[in-house]
Amino acid sequence: MTPFIEVQGAAIPLPMDDVNTDQIIPSKYLKDLHADLAEGFLAFQRRRLDGTRITDFVLERPQFKKAPILVVGANFGCGSSREHAVWAVQAFGIRCVIGHQLAEFFIENCLKNGVLPIELDVSKHQQLMQDVIFADGYSTVQVDLRNCEIRGLRGGVMTFEIDSQQRRMLLEGLDEIDMTLKHMIDIERWESRNQVLEAKSVIEKT
Amino acid sequence: MGLTLFDKIWNAHCVGVREDGKELLYIDRHIVHDLHAPHAFKELGRQQREVRRKDLTLVVQDHTVPTRGDATSFSENMSASQEACREHNVSFIDHRSPQHGISHIISVEQGWALPGKTLACPDSHASTVGALGCLAFGCGTTELVHILATQTMALSKPQQMRIHLTGQLQSGVNAKDVALHLIRTVGITAGRGYAVEYAGPVIRDMDLEGRMTLCNMTIEWGGRTCLIEPDAKTVAWYQEQAGDMPAQTLAFVSDQSGQLRSDSDAQFDAELTVDCASIQSQITWGTDPAQTIGIRETIPLLHGASSEQQARQAQALEYMGLQAGQSLQGLKVQRVFIGSCTNARLSDLREAARVVQHRHVAENVVALVVPGSAKIKVQAEAEGLDKIFIRAGFQWHSSGCSMCAGANGEVGEFGERCVATSNRNFENRQGRGVRTHLAGPATAAACAIAGHIVDAADLISA
Repeated sequence: MTPFIEVQGAAIPLPMDDVNTDQIIPSKYLKDLHADLAEGFLAFQRRRLDGTRITDFVLERPQFKKAPILVVGANFGCGSSREHAVWAVQAFGIRCVIGHQLAEFFIENCLKNGVLPIELDVSKHQQLMQDVIFADGYSTVQVDLRNCEIRGLRGGVMTFEIDSQQRRMLLEGLDEIDMTLKHMIDIERWESRNQVLEAKSVIEKT
Repeated sequence: MGLTLFDKIWNAHCVGVREDGKELLYIDRHIVHDLHAPHAFKELGRQQREVRRKDLTLVVQDHTVPTRGDATSFSENMSASQEACREHNVSFIDHRSPQHGISHIISVEQGWALPGKTLACPDSHASTVGALGCLAFGCGTTELVHILATQTMALSKPQQMRIHLTGQLQSGVNAKDVALHLIRTVGITAGRGYAVEYAGPVIRDMDLEGRMTLCNMTIEWGGRTCLIEPDAKTVAWYQEQAGDMPAQTLAFVSDQSGQLRSDSDAQFDAELTVDCASIQSQITWGTDPAQTIGIRETIPLLHGASSEQQARQAQALEYMGLQAGQSLQGLKVQRVFIGSCTNARLSDLREAARVVQHRHVAENVVALVVPGSAKIKVQAEAEGLDKIFIRAGFQWHSSGCSMCAGANGEVGEFGERCVATSNRNFENRQGRGVRTHLAGPATAAACAIAGHIVDAADLISA
C-alpha cells in the first residue's frame, strides 16, 4: 500500500451531509471493469442529463482539479461497502478526506488504500469547513500525518486525532495480509480444532 | 458477567490478536459476488497469493446479472468472475444454475449460513443472515482479498446494542414496516459502530423470512452487523429448506436452537426499546430510509428543526417533487419493483400476489417482479404466482439484484416515481432522476394496480 505521510494542495469544500456511495460512484460505473472512476466520482452532481458539465459545481472548478484534500459534511460515504467509492475519490486525486463522522465502511476502505480519513469534532469541523470555503482552493493546505496537523488555514494550525495503529499502518504503508500471515500457526491450530460443516454441494454446470 | 450471543460467536472464532490490535476472526464461509470478484482475484494474482480455503469460498453472480430476456448474455463482471474461478479453482454458481440467486438469499437456502457460524460477503447487506444466528460481516474489495488469502477477517470488536421490539403488530403490518419504522425512529446513524441484537416479542412472533428482511436493513441505520437468537422457527426453516443438506449439518442447527443465546446477565453497550404496536404500513417519502411515514400520514413539517435538518429535508423534497405536509396517497407512479435481498423471498411474492390476484396493473406503469433466487422462482411458479403476476401485467424476471442497485443496467427513466421493495431510496440509485419510495410487497403491488400510491388495505376493500 502507498504510505501516507503528508499531502499539500487545494482543499475541496463539499459541505453536504450523508453523501452516499451511490452518489459518490453511480452504479453504471461499477459494471464496466475499465470505467474511468475519476469521471464517475459524483458524476451526477458534475454533469447534466445531456452530459454537459455543471461548471460551477466545486469539482468542476479549475482550482480543484487534482486537489488532494476533500472536506465533507457528516456521514460521508454511507450506504454500500463498495470500495469503488474510495477508488473514485482516489482516482480524482484525493488522498485525504476530512469530515465529522465518516461512514464506517468508507473509513475502512480508505485505510486499505492509503487514503487518510480524518474525523473532527463538530466545532473543529465547522471551523475547517469555513476556512476551506473561504480559501476557495486558492491557498495551499497541508495535512501532516506525522504530527497530526492540518496547516495553511486562516485560523492557524489545527490538530486532529487518529487511532495510533491506523496512523502507523498509513505512515508505513503496511501490508495487512503479511501482518495476518504471521499468525498462520494460530489459523492452522484453529482449523484443526474446528470441523467444517458441509452445506449442499455445489452443482457445477457442465 | 454473562456473554452476549455476539460475544459467544466472536470468541469461538477469534484466532488471535494481530500486532495492530485487530482480532482475527475465522470465516466459516466466504461468499463473493460479481461486483468484486474480478477486482479481488486480479489483486490476489498480482500479489502472487493463493485462495487459502477453496472449499469455503464461493463465487455467485447477482449485481450485474441481466434478469430478463436472453440468459446467454453476460456482463463483463460475470465473464471475468467465471474466468477467475476457473483460474483459482474456486466454486462458481453460474447464473443459469438452479442454485443461482442473490448472495444473501442463497446463502441461507444452500446452508452456507448457519447459526453460530461466521460468514463474510463483500456487501453491506451481508447481515441478512443474522436472522438465523449467523454472524456475518460485509467488507470492501481489499478485505475480500485478505479473506481469500487468510480465511480470516481483521476486525476491531464492535460495541454491542440490543434492540427490544415490543408490542403486537397489527394485521397487515410486516417486517419491512418494522424496519422502516425503526429507522425512522432511531435515525440513519444510530447503529454506527454497533453489532446489533434484535430481541423482544415482535421478533419472537416474526417468521424467519421477516427476520431476514429486518436484519437486511441494519446497515440502513448504520449497524455493522446483527444477530437474532436461533429458535425452534430457525430449525424448522432449515428443515424445510433442507433438500440435500447433510444430516450432520441439520443436527448442528438443531443443537444451536435454544442454546445459542445471550446470557441473562450479559451487558450491552446500549439497549433500546422501540414499540411497534401502533405502526401501520410504512413508506419512504425522501431520499434516505429514515424519511419514512405511515402511508396514511403526511410528510412532516419541520417546526423547530435545525437549519441543517431543514436544508436536508428541502433537498429531499425537491428531488422527490414533493412538499412538506403533503400526503403521498394518490401520487402517480410509473414503476414498481418487487425484488431484492430485502423482499424477494417466497413469502414476499405471496404477499404481493394476494393483492395482485384478479386485478390488473394500471396503464403507464412498468411493474416487475424479480425473485430472490432461482429456487424461489421455481417454488413461486409451482404455486402459480408467476401466472398471477403475468396475467396482471407484471414482468416476471429471473433472479438477480436488478433495480435495487441498478448495476445490471435495469433502471428507471428520469423523473419516474418508483415504489420499490428494496432497501435504499438514495437519489439516482434506481436510475438518474428516479424517485424511489421504499415499501413492503403488499404496498408496492397495490401501487402497481392503482397506478398511484395507495394503502393496500384500501385497494383490497374497494
